[in-house]
Amino acid sequence: MRNRDEIAQALAISGYIADGELATAISLMQLLRRPLLLEGEAGVGKTEVAKALASVHATELIRLQCYEGLDQSAALYEWNYQRQLLSIQAHRGDNPDDVEHQIFSEKYLLERPLLAAIRRDKPPVLLIDEIDRADDEFEAFLLELLSDFQVSIPELGTIKATAIPHVVLTSNGTRELSDALRRRCLYHYVDYPDVDREARIIMARIDGASASLSLQIARMVEGIRKEELRKVPGVAETLDWAAALVGLDVRDLHDAPETVHETLMCLLKTHEDKSRVTREVSERLLGRVA
Amino acid sequence: MSCCGTSPGYEELDEVSRLVSSRLAAFLKTLRDSGFAVGLAEGQDAAELMTAGYAAKSGLLRSAFKHLFSARKSDWEKFDGIFDAFWLGKRVRSRSITSGSSKAANNPSLKTLADSRRSSGETAMDQAPSTDDAGADRAGEGRMEGASRADNLAEVDFRKLADPAQIEQAHEAAARLARAMRTRLTRRDLARRRGYRLDLRRTIHGNISHGGVPIDLVNRQRRDKPLRLVILLDASGSMSMYTGVFLRFIRGILDEFREAEAFLFHTRLAHVSDAMKEKDAARALDRLSIMAQGAGGGTRIGESLQTFNRWHAARVIHSRTVVMIVSDGYETGDAALLGREMAALGRRCRRIVWLNPMMAWEGYAPVAAGIKAALPHVDLYAPANTLKSLTALEPYLAKL
Repeated sequence: MRNRDEIAQALAISGYIADGELATAISLMQLLRRPLLLEGEAGVGKTEVAKALASVHATELIRLQCYEGLDQSAALYEWNYQRQLLSIQAHRGDNPDDVEHQIFSEKYLLERPLLAAIRRDKPPVLLIDEIDRADDEFEAFLLELLSDFQVSIPELGTIKATAIPHVVLTSNGTRELSDALRRRCLYHYVDYPDVDREARIIMARIDGASASLSLQIARMVEGIRKEELRKVPGVAETLDWAAALVGLDVRDLHDAPETVHETLMCLLKTHEDKSRVTREVSERLLGRVA
Repeated sequence: MSCCGTSPGYEELDEVSRLVSSRLAAFLKTLRDSGFAVGLAEGQDAAELMTAGYAAKSGLLRSAFKHLFSARKSDWEKFDGIFDAFWLGKRVRSRSITSGSSKAANNPSLKTLADSRRSSGETAMDQAPSTDDAGADRAGEGRMEGASRADNLAEVDFRKLADPAQIEQAHEAAARLARAMRTRLTRRDLARRRGYRLDLRRTIHGNISHGGVPIDLVNRQRRDKPLRLVILLDASGSMSMYTGVFLRFIRGILDEFREAEAFLFHTRLAHVSDAMKEKDAARALDRLSIMAQGAGGGTRIGESLQTFNRWHAARVIHSRTVVMIVSDGYETGDAALLGREMAALGRRCRRIVWLNPMMAWEGYAPVAAGIKAALPHVDLYAPANTLKSLTALEPYLAKL
């Protein structure tokens, strides 16, 4: 078992600055072989956790993006129909049983993310993104897969997992997940990072962002989050803004209040929020940034 | 559930001393009492964690247990307090604070949303034809089955019905209305869902005998969940004039909708679907009156909703569920609790419809603390004091 300091360090090397609790969660994932369910506001870096985890384990990341109406043929496997039709035409006149046997063989099977994830030799990271958007039926099916890690394909038979993947699920809370799925998973609530951690994230991700500028940006963003906004900026927005400021050659926020205000569009994504943070507001916020 | 301490899973782990495992079992019980969904599997994993060296530091153990036992944000927020109180003997803060919802109320985005909704009043909600609106009335006209018989009653406020025969007629009409709603809702559903896609897998499998030429096409139809109605009926004293007719309405809905559930609440909540489905009306009434002990007294809507969210919601509500609350909103309990529980309910279901029979009364304004706290979370707030106003609901439901 790798302890959580090692994990936090490995995450930091891969560019993800984790808090201590997330490192614990990841060490638990390995120990208990349970999936990890991440919840939190949009843009706090839930998906990034999975990416960082893949680079920590030096393994492949397989991603399944959920949406309403997602079914097994898009998530698990599908037959290659065009190829099957061609093959049937080519073998016209052959014994029908042989033809059937042939077109339902491995060669004609298209792997979708879930099947791919259990057939790798080295356990990959399986990211099931925004599970709350999928239907209840799919959730139930997923629950079964996550407990057995085997899939049965009527034409081929049962396929057992060669390696148990590291499973990360994310949810934005648009729909309540079933209690069964929640119980099956470890739970971690991802919150907006505090100023210190956000500054470190900026420094790790944006080339050319100095320590003082990163801290200023993080403080400014913290102030903006406390304003009554409809859409609170997430970490991704902070990074966009930091990249914009660095790109415009801003070294200190106080030197360029104009640029600061004009680039706030990186953070504020609705017209209402944009008009709420007027020049006066942005200057007041800037004044509080040391 | 104190049996967990002696379950075989714990005995296998002889590294964990008997004392620790019984303490752990007590902790699991504490968690269950606080609303955590913790099962045997979690208990075994917890024991495994303790042997794996996580018990060395209390901070590490707390963080590990937090991930293992929490299942949602509310659990996540109150876990630390419970852990500290149990293992470290710190005083636990009062339940109303640790529940975490008070923190959510400070969240700026939520607050602005609530404020903007409140200030703009009902305009922020979905629009449904109201009975006062002459134009909207037309939508419901001529579509009520057997309108000729119930016609004269359609616009009479239920509480003004005095004649027993009239009351009986109104009750019958309500039941009939519920049946009619079901028929039309289903029919509309079918017509709309005619769109299909080709199911290639079945098509090819089925046409192998034709040499693979797809002669018999197999179509795939979207299997749609039928709309489910969950009705929460206020049976308190202030609603007594309307309870009778709504009970009949609910009975009709339970009979006709494949998926419907009914609850009755006053100072507490009772699940009445089974009792209402009783074929024999007299027996149904008997069972109901036993359940409705305390009906006609005060109303604790917030607490009843809390019970509903905690014990029934996960089972009863799916993504195509409309929750219909029939109440006047006079809350004798904590209005803030009502607001919080309404928000929790709103996250689970598709729409919340609040029917308020008093709404059509002259001079009525939703100023009572209860209804004020609940309104920001309601999708449709409509009157329901006449048959006509009940009919007006149907087009709204049909659109969902």
